[in-house]
Amino acid sequence: MKIETDRREFLKLAGLGGGVVFASSLWRDALAGPTDEFHFVQLSDTHWGFEGPPNPDAKGTLPKAIEAVNALSSQPDFVVFTGDLTHTTDDGVKRRDRMKEFRDIAGKLRVKTVRFLPGEHDAGLDKGDAYQENFGATHYTFDHKGVHFIVLDNVSDPGSIVGDAQLKWLADDLAKRKKDSPIAVLTHRPLFDLYPEWDWATKDGAAALALLEPFRHVTVFYGHIHQEHHHTTGHIEHHSAASLIFPLPAPGSAPKRAPLPWDDKQPYRGLAWRDVEAYPAKGTYRLEEKPIKAVWTAPAAKAG
Amino acid sequence: MGWAGAALALVTFLAAAGARSAEPRVVKITAKRFSFTPAEVHVKKGEAVVLELTSLDRVHGFNLPAFKVRQDITPKEVTRVTLKPDKEGTFPFHCDVFCGDGHEDMTGTLIVDPA
Repeated sequence: MKIETDRREFLKLAGLGGGVVFASSLWRDALAGPTDEFHFVQLSDTHWGFEGPPNPDAKGTLPKAIEAVNALSSQPDFVVFTGDLTHTTDDGVKRRDRMKEFRDIAGKLRVKTVRFLPGEHDAGLDKGDAYQENFGATHYTFDHKGVHFIVLDNVSDPGSIVGDAQLKWLADDLAKRKKDSPIAVLTHRPLFDLYPEWDWATKDGAAALALLEPFRHVTVFYGHIHQEHHHTTGHIEHHSAASLIFPLPAPGSAPKRAPLPWDDKQPYRGLAWRDVEAYPAKGTYRLEEKPIKAVWTAPAAKAG
Repeated sequence: MGWAGAALALVTFLAAAGARSAEPRVVKITAKRFSFTPAEVHVKKGEAVVLELTSLDRVHGFNLPAFKVRQDITPKEVTRVTLKPDKEGTFPFHCDVFCGDGHEDMTGTLIVDPA
Protein backbone atom coordinates (compact mmCIF):
# COMPACT_ATOMS: atom_id res chain seq x y z
CA MET A 1 0.00 0.00 0.00
CA LYS A 2 1.27 3.44 -0.82
CA ILE A 3 -0.29 6.62 0.38
CA GLU A 4 0.56 9.95 -1.10
CA THR A 5 -0.81 12.97 0.58
CA ASP A 6 -0.39 16.69 0.76
CA ARG A 7 0.35 18.58 3.94
CA ARG A 8 -3.30 19.01 4.94
CA GLU A 9 -3.89 15.28 4.59
CA PHE A 10 -0.69 14.62 6.48
CA LEU A 11 -1.91 16.65 9.43
CA LYS A 12 -5.16 14.69 9.42
CA LEU A 13 -3.27 11.41 9.30
CA ALA A 14 -1.01 12.53 12.10
CA GLY A 15 -4.00 12.79 14.40
CA LEU A 16 -5.09 9.22 13.85
CA GLY A 17 -4.29 6.53 16.37
CA GLY A 18 -5.02 3.66 14.02
CA GLY A 19 -3.37 0.28 13.93
CA VAL A 20 0.14 -0.50 12.89
CA VAL A 21 0.61 0.92 9.41
CA PHE A 22 2.62 -1.61 7.54
CA ALA A 23 3.58 0.32 4.47
CA SER A 24 2.91 3.81 3.40
CA SER A 25 4.60 6.92 2.25
CA LEU A 26 3.96 10.56 2.91
CA TRP A 27 4.36 13.01 0.11
CA ARG A 28 4.84 16.56 1.20
CA ASP A 29 5.68 19.50 -1.03
CA ALA A 30 7.35 17.19 -3.44
CA LEU A 31 8.02 19.96 -5.94
CA ALA A 32 9.65 22.20 -3.38
CA GLY A 33 13.38 21.67 -3.69
CA PRO A 34 15.11 23.33 -6.62
CA THR A 35 18.61 21.92 -6.86
CA ASP A 36 19.95 20.69 -3.56
CA GLU A 37 17.64 17.77 -2.97
CA PHE A 38 19.07 14.58 -1.58
CA HIS A 39 17.90 11.45 0.10
CA PHE A 40 18.97 9.46 3.10
CA VAL A 41 17.87 6.17 4.61
CA GLN A 42 16.68 5.62 8.17
CA LEU A 43 16.91 2.18 9.76
CA SER A 44 15.83 1.66 13.33
CA ASP A 45 15.57 -0.71 16.23
CA THR A 46 17.55 -3.56 14.75
CA HIS A 47 18.15 -5.15 18.20
CA TRP A 48 21.09 -7.21 16.98
CA GLY A 49 21.43 -10.19 19.34
CA PHE A 50 17.71 -10.61 19.98
CA GLU A 51 16.43 -14.16 19.77
CA GLY A 52 12.84 -15.24 20.14
CA PRO A 53 9.56 -16.19 18.51
CA PRO A 54 8.64 -12.62 17.44
CA ASN A 55 11.31 -12.92 14.76
CA PRO A 56 12.56 -16.39 13.80
CA ASP A 57 14.82 -14.72 11.23
CA ALA A 58 16.41 -12.30 13.69
CA LYS A 59 19.87 -12.82 12.22
CA GLY A 60 18.62 -12.46 8.67
CA THR A 61 16.40 -9.40 8.79
CA LEU A 62 19.04 -6.69 9.11
CA PRO A 63 21.18 -8.17 6.31
CA LYS A 64 18.06 -8.27 4.12
CA ALA A 65 17.45 -4.57 4.80
CA ILE A 66 21.05 -3.74 3.98
CA GLU A 67 20.84 -5.75 0.79
CA ALA A 68 17.71 -3.80 -0.18
CA VAL A 69 19.39 -0.45 0.54
CA ASN A 70 22.41 -1.53 -1.48
CA ALA A 71 20.10 -2.40 -4.36
CA LEU A 72 18.69 1.13 -4.63
CA SER A 73 19.46 2.51 -8.05
CA SER A 74 20.10 5.89 -6.51
CA GLN A 75 22.25 5.40 -3.44
CA PRO A 76 21.39 7.63 -0.47
CA ASP A 77 23.81 10.32 0.63
CA PHE A 78 23.96 8.66 4.04
CA VAL A 79 22.28 6.10 6.25
CA VAL A 80 21.26 6.67 9.86
CA PHE A 81 20.42 4.03 12.45
CA THR A 82 18.13 5.59 15.05
CA GLY A 83 18.97 3.51 18.09
CA ASP A 84 18.60 0.09 19.66
CA LEU A 85 21.25 -1.14 17.28
CA THR A 86 21.78 -4.06 19.63
CA HIS A 87 19.57 -5.93 22.06
CA THR A 88 20.62 -5.33 25.64
CA THR A 89 22.52 -7.81 27.76
CA ASP A 90 23.91 -7.67 31.30
CA ASP A 91 27.17 -9.12 30.03
CA GLY A 92 29.46 -6.25 29.07
CA VAL A 93 31.66 -8.49 26.90
CA LYS A 94 28.67 -9.81 25.01
CA ARG A 95 27.34 -6.26 24.62
CA ARG A 96 30.58 -5.21 22.97
CA ASP A 97 30.61 -8.34 20.80
CA ARG A 98 27.12 -7.55 19.57
CA MET A 99 28.16 -4.01 18.75
CA LYS A 100 31.19 -5.20 16.80
CA GLU A 101 29.05 -7.68 14.88
CA PHE A 102 26.51 -4.96 14.18
CA ARG A 103 29.23 -2.60 13.00
CA ASP A 104 30.58 -5.28 10.65
CA ILE A 105 27.13 -5.84 9.16
CA ALA A 106 26.49 -2.11 8.78
CA GLY A 107 29.90 -1.94 7.08
CA LYS A 108 28.40 -3.91 4.21
CA LEU A 109 26.37 -0.88 3.16
CA ARG A 110 27.55 0.52 -0.16
CA VAL A 111 27.10 3.97 1.32
CA LYS A 112 30.11 4.75 3.42
CA THR A 113 28.63 7.65 5.40
CA VAL A 114 26.71 5.93 8.16
CA ARG A 115 25.46 7.75 11.24
CA PHE A 116 24.60 6.05 14.49
CA LEU A 117 22.83 6.99 17.67
CA PRO A 118 22.06 4.88 20.71
CA GLY A 119 18.85 3.43 22.08
CA GLU A 120 18.40 2.42 25.71
CA HIS A 121 19.21 -1.17 24.76
CA ASP A 122 22.65 0.01 23.63
CA ALA A 123 23.39 2.55 26.32
CA GLY A 124 20.94 2.32 29.22
CA LEU A 125 22.87 -0.14 31.38
CA ASP A 126 26.34 1.42 31.21
CA LYS A 127 25.55 5.07 30.48
CA GLY A 128 26.75 4.60 26.92
CA ASP A 129 30.29 3.37 27.65
CA ALA A 130 30.27 0.39 25.25
CA TYR A 131 28.37 2.41 22.66
CA GLN A 132 30.95 5.19 22.68
CA GLU A 133 33.81 2.69 22.39
CA ASN A 134 32.24 1.33 19.23
CA PHE A 135 30.39 4.23 17.64
CA GLY A 136 31.68 7.45 19.15
CA ALA A 137 29.73 10.34 20.60
CA THR A 138 26.10 9.85 21.58
CA HIS A 139 25.10 13.38 20.61
CA TYR A 140 26.54 15.52 17.83
CA THR A 141 25.62 17.60 14.82
CA PHE A 142 26.43 17.52 11.16
CA ASP A 143 25.41 19.57 8.15
CA HIS A 144 24.39 18.18 4.82
CA LYS A 145 23.38 20.21 1.77
CA GLY A 146 21.75 22.96 3.78
CA VAL A 147 20.10 20.84 6.47
CA HIS A 148 21.45 21.05 10.02
CA PHE A 149 21.16 17.61 11.61
CA ILE A 150 21.14 17.37 15.39
CA VAL A 151 21.60 13.97 16.99
CA LEU A 152 20.09 13.96 20.48
CA ASP A 153 20.76 11.29 23.09
CA ASN A 154 17.75 10.59 25.29
CA VAL A 155 18.81 7.13 26.47
CA SER A 156 22.29 7.14 28.03
CA ASP A 157 20.77 8.39 31.23
CA PRO A 158 18.84 5.31 32.35
CA GLY A 159 15.96 7.57 33.33
CA SER A 160 15.54 8.37 29.63
CA ILE A 161 16.15 12.09 29.67
CA VAL A 162 18.07 14.50 27.51
CA GLY A 163 19.54 16.09 30.61
CA ASP A 164 20.51 19.64 31.52
CA ALA A 165 24.03 19.45 30.07
CA GLN A 166 22.81 18.30 26.67
CA LEU A 167 19.97 20.82 26.70
CA LYS A 168 22.53 23.57 27.21
CA TRP A 169 24.62 22.11 24.39
CA LEU A 170 21.49 22.14 22.21
CA ALA A 171 20.69 25.75 23.12
CA ASP A 172 24.26 26.80 22.32
CA ASP A 173 24.12 25.04 18.97
CA LEU A 174 20.76 26.54 18.05
CA ALA A 175 21.97 30.02 18.96
CA LYS A 176 24.21 29.81 15.89
CA ARG A 177 21.32 28.99 13.51
CA LYS A 178 19.01 31.22 11.54
CA LYS A 179 15.34 30.89 12.36
CA ASP A 180 14.55 29.67 8.86
CA SER A 181 17.37 27.10 8.69
CA PRO A 182 16.11 23.60 8.00
CA ILE A 183 16.77 21.49 11.09
CA ALA A 184 16.38 17.74 11.36
CA VAL A 185 16.60 16.09 14.76
CA LEU A 186 17.61 12.44 14.92
CA THR A 187 16.90 10.69 18.18
CA HIS A 188 15.68 7.41 19.61
CA ARG A 189 12.69 8.12 21.83
CA PRO A 190 9.79 10.42 21.02
CA LEU A 191 10.43 13.92 22.32
CA PHE A 192 6.72 14.43 22.92
CA ASP A 193 4.34 12.45 25.14
CA LEU A 194 3.25 9.93 22.57
CA TYR A 195 1.97 7.39 25.09
CA PRO A 196 3.52 7.80 28.54
CA GLU A 197 1.62 4.75 29.84
CA TRP A 198 4.01 2.66 27.76
CA ASP A 199 6.99 4.88 28.46
CA TRP A 200 6.77 6.30 24.95
CA ALA A 201 8.00 9.72 25.89
CA THR A 202 11.11 11.59 27.02
CA LYS A 203 10.73 13.12 30.46
CA ASP A 204 12.36 16.40 29.52
CA GLY A 205 11.54 16.20 25.82
CA ALA A 206 9.31 19.27 26.16
CA ALA A 207 12.37 21.31 27.14
CA ALA A 208 14.16 20.25 23.96
CA LEU A 209 11.09 21.05 21.86
CA ALA A 210 10.80 24.48 23.50
CA LEU A 211 14.34 25.24 22.33
CA LEU A 212 13.49 24.07 18.80
CA GLU A 213 10.12 25.83 18.63
CA PRO A 214 11.43 29.23 17.39
CA PHE A 215 12.84 27.57 14.28
CA ARG A 216 10.42 27.39 11.40
CA HIS A 217 11.52 24.16 9.75
CA VAL A 218 12.11 21.42 12.30
CA THR A 219 11.50 17.74 11.69
CA VAL A 220 12.25 14.93 14.12
CA PHE A 221 13.06 11.39 12.97
CA TYR A 222 13.08 8.78 15.71
CA GLY A 223 12.48 5.10 16.51
CA HIS A 224 11.78 3.26 19.79
CA ILE A 225 8.10 2.45 19.21
CA HIS A 226 8.74 -0.12 16.45
CA GLN A 227 6.21 1.30 14.03
CA GLU A 228 5.65 4.16 11.67
CA HIS A 229 3.96 7.09 13.40
CA HIS A 230 3.45 10.73 12.45
CA HIS A 231 2.61 13.60 14.74
CA THR A 232 2.95 17.33 15.03
CA THR A 233 3.61 19.49 18.09
CA GLY A 234 3.06 23.09 17.09
CA HIS A 235 4.79 23.29 13.72
CA ILE A 236 7.36 20.57 14.55
CA GLU A 237 6.82 17.27 12.80
CA HIS A 238 7.75 13.92 14.35
CA HIS A 239 8.15 10.74 12.32
CA SER A 240 8.97 7.40 13.91
CA ALA A 241 10.27 4.55 11.79
CA ALA A 242 9.41 0.88 11.87
CA SER A 243 11.72 -1.64 13.49
CA LEU A 244 13.82 -4.31 11.83
CA ILE A 245 13.25 -6.93 14.54
CA PHE A 246 9.55 -6.97 15.55
CA PRO A 247 6.60 -4.59 15.44
CA LEU A 248 4.82 -3.33 18.53
CA PRO A 249 1.10 -2.57 18.84
CA ALA A 250 -0.29 0.86 18.08
CA PRO A 251 -0.20 3.07 21.17
CA GLY A 252 -2.75 1.89 23.73
CA SER A 253 -4.30 -0.66 21.37
CA ALA A 254 -3.28 -3.67 23.48
CA PRO A 255 -3.03 -4.35 27.20
CA LYS A 256 0.77 -4.40 26.97
CA ARG A 257 3.48 -3.18 24.64
CA ALA A 258 4.36 -6.78 23.76
CA PRO A 259 5.76 -7.65 20.32
CA LEU A 260 3.21 -8.54 17.69
CA PRO A 261 3.58 -12.24 16.93
CA TRP A 262 5.39 -13.45 13.83
CA ASP A 263 3.01 -14.70 11.17
CA ASP A 264 4.37 -17.32 8.77
CA LYS A 265 1.69 -16.27 6.29
CA GLN A 266 2.89 -12.66 6.43
CA PRO A 267 6.59 -12.96 7.20
CA TYR A 268 8.42 -9.75 8.13
CA ARG A 269 5.06 -8.04 8.64
CA GLY A 270 5.60 -4.59 10.08
CA LEU A 271 9.35 -4.62 9.53
CA ALA A 272 10.59 -1.85 7.31
CA TRP A 273 13.17 0.82 6.66
CA ARG A 274 12.60 4.33 5.41
CA ASP A 275 13.80 6.34 2.47
CA VAL A 276 13.71 10.10 3.09
CA GLU A 277 13.93 12.61 0.29
CA ALA A 278 14.96 16.01 1.59
CA TYR A 279 14.09 19.35 0.03
CA PRO A 280 16.26 21.76 2.00
CA ALA A 281 15.05 24.89 0.23
CA LYS A 282 11.71 24.46 1.97
CA GLY A 283 12.78 22.25 4.83
CA THR A 284 10.41 19.52 3.71
CA TYR A 285 10.69 15.79 3.21
CA ARG A 286 9.12 12.92 1.34
CA LEU A 287 9.02 9.73 3.35
CA GLU A 288 8.62 6.29 1.93
CA GLU A 289 8.44 3.18 4.07
CA LYS A 290 10.13 0.16 2.52
CA PRO A 291 8.82 -3.12 3.93
CA ILE A 292 11.15 -6.09 4.14
CA LYS A 293 10.22 -8.36 1.28
CA ALA A 294 11.64 -11.85 1.35
CA VAL A 295 10.61 -15.43 1.08
CA TRP A 296 10.39 -17.19 4.43
CA THR A 297 10.12 -20.91 5.02
CA ALA A 298 9.08 -21.95 8.50
CA PRO A 299 11.51 -24.40 10.18
CA ALA A 300 8.88 -27.17 10.39
CA ALA A 301 8.30 -26.96 6.67
CA LYS A 302 12.06 -27.05 6.10
CA ALA A 303 12.32 -30.27 8.08
CA GLY A 304 9.49 -31.81 6.10
CA MET B 1 -7.88 8.72 89.02
CA GLY B 2 -11.15 10.54 89.47
CA TRP B 3 -14.07 10.67 87.06
CA ALA B 4 -12.65 13.76 85.40
CA GLY B 5 -9.30 12.06 84.88
CA ALA B 6 -10.94 8.95 83.49
CA ALA B 7 -13.05 10.98 81.11
CA LEU B 8 -9.98 12.87 79.88
CA ALA B 9 -8.12 9.61 79.32
CA LEU B 10 -11.06 8.21 77.35
CA VAL B 11 -11.23 11.30 75.14
CA THR B 12 -7.48 11.12 74.55
CA PHE B 13 -7.75 7.43 73.65
CA LEU B 14 -10.64 8.04 71.27
CA ALA B 15 -8.84 10.96 69.66
CA ALA B 16 -5.75 8.84 69.14
CA ALA B 17 -7.84 6.02 67.69
CA GLY B 18 -9.61 8.49 65.45
CA ALA B 19 -6.31 9.89 64.28
CA ARG B 20 -5.09 6.39 63.55
CA SER B 21 -8.17 5.54 61.50
CA ALA B 22 -7.71 8.75 59.49
CA GLU B 23 -4.18 7.82 58.53
CA PRO B 24 -3.79 6.75 54.92
CA ARG B 25 -3.65 3.06 54.21
CA VAL B 26 -0.18 1.83 53.40
CA VAL B 27 0.26 -0.26 50.26
CA LYS B 28 3.64 -1.95 49.96
CA ILE B 29 5.00 -2.55 46.46
CA THR B 30 8.26 -4.35 45.86
CA ALA B 31 10.27 -3.92 42.68
CA LYS B 32 12.86 -6.28 41.25
CA ARG B 33 13.96 -7.11 37.76
CA PHE B 34 11.50 -7.38 35.96
CA SER B 35 8.33 -7.19 38.01
CA PHE B 36 6.37 -5.36 40.65
CA THR B 37 4.80 -7.28 43.53
CA PRO B 38 1.89 -7.01 43.72
CA ALA B 39 1.43 -6.23 40.07
CA GLU B 40 -2.20 -5.34 40.67
CA VAL B 41 -3.07 -2.78 43.32
CA HIS B 42 -6.62 -1.93 44.35
CA VAL B 43 -7.63 1.37 45.96
CA LYS B 44 -10.93 3.14 46.29
CA LYS B 45 -11.77 6.41 44.63
CA GLY B 46 -11.04 9.21 47.08
CA GLU B 47 -9.10 6.93 49.40
CA ALA B 48 -5.83 8.37 50.58
CA VAL B 49 -3.07 5.78 50.39
CA VAL B 50 0.65 5.75 50.82
CA LEU B 51 2.54 3.60 48.35
CA GLU B 52 5.66 2.24 50.04
CA LEU B 53 8.07 1.34 47.28
CA THR B 54 11.17 -0.77 47.80
CA SER B 55 13.65 -2.38 45.44
CA LEU B 56 15.28 -5.75 46.01
CA ASP B 57 18.07 -5.34 43.49
CA ARG B 58 18.83 -2.08 41.68
CA VAL B 59 17.41 1.34 40.97
CA HIS B 60 14.03 1.13 39.33
CA GLY B 61 11.44 3.72 38.50
CA PHE B 62 7.78 3.88 39.41
CA ASN B 63 5.74 5.81 36.90
CA LEU B 64 1.96 6.11 37.09
CA PRO B 65 1.20 8.62 34.33
CA ALA B 66 -2.56 8.85 34.93
CA PHE B 67 -1.89 10.49 38.30
CA LYS B 68 1.42 12.10 37.37
CA VAL B 69 3.25 10.05 39.98
CA ARG B 70 6.87 9.07 39.37
CA GLN B 71 9.71 8.19 41.71
CA ASP B 72 13.04 6.47 41.60
CA ILE B 73 13.10 3.36 43.80
CA THR B 74 16.53 2.96 45.33
CA PRO B 75 17.64 -0.27 47.05
CA LYS B 76 17.82 -0.19 50.86
CA GLU B 77 15.46 2.77 50.98
CA VAL B 78 11.72 2.99 51.38
CA THR B 79 10.23 5.48 48.93
CA ARG B 80 6.81 6.77 49.95
CA VAL B 81 4.29 8.24 47.56
CA THR B 82 0.94 9.62 48.66
CA LEU B 83 -2.00 9.13 46.37
CA LYS B 84 -5.70 10.01 46.54
CA PRO B 85 -7.21 8.92 43.24
CA ASP B 86 -10.02 11.13 42.02
CA LYS B 87 -11.17 8.89 39.18
CA GLU B 88 -12.19 5.26 38.84
CA GLY B 89 -10.66 2.90 36.35
CA THR B 90 -7.65 0.79 35.49
CA PHE B 91 -4.37 2.62 35.18
CA PRO B 92 -1.03 1.12 34.18
CA PHE B 93 2.23 1.84 35.94
CA HIS B 94 5.70 0.85 34.79
CA CYS B 95 9.39 0.97 35.56
CA ASP B 96 10.88 3.93 33.72
CA VAL B 97 14.54 3.38 34.61
CA PHE B 98 15.98 1.04 32.01
CA CYS B 99 16.96 -2.12 33.87
CA GLY B 100 17.80 -4.74 31.26
CA ASP B 101 16.32 -7.38 28.98
CA GLY B 102 12.81 -7.57 30.37
CA HIS B 103 12.50 -3.92 31.36
CA GLU B 104 9.58 -3.46 29.00
CA ASP B 105 7.70 -6.20 30.88
CA MET B 106 8.07 -4.50 34.25
CA THR B 107 4.57 -3.15 34.53
CA GLY B 108 1.61 -3.18 36.87
CA THR B 109 -1.93 -1.94 37.19
CA LEU B 110 -3.62 0.36 39.66
CA ILE B 111 -7.33 -0.37 39.84
CA VAL B 112 -9.40 2.39 41.37
CA ASP B 113 -12.70 0.94 42.55
CA PRO B 114 -15.86 2.92 43.38
CA ALA B 115 -15.81 4.48 46.84
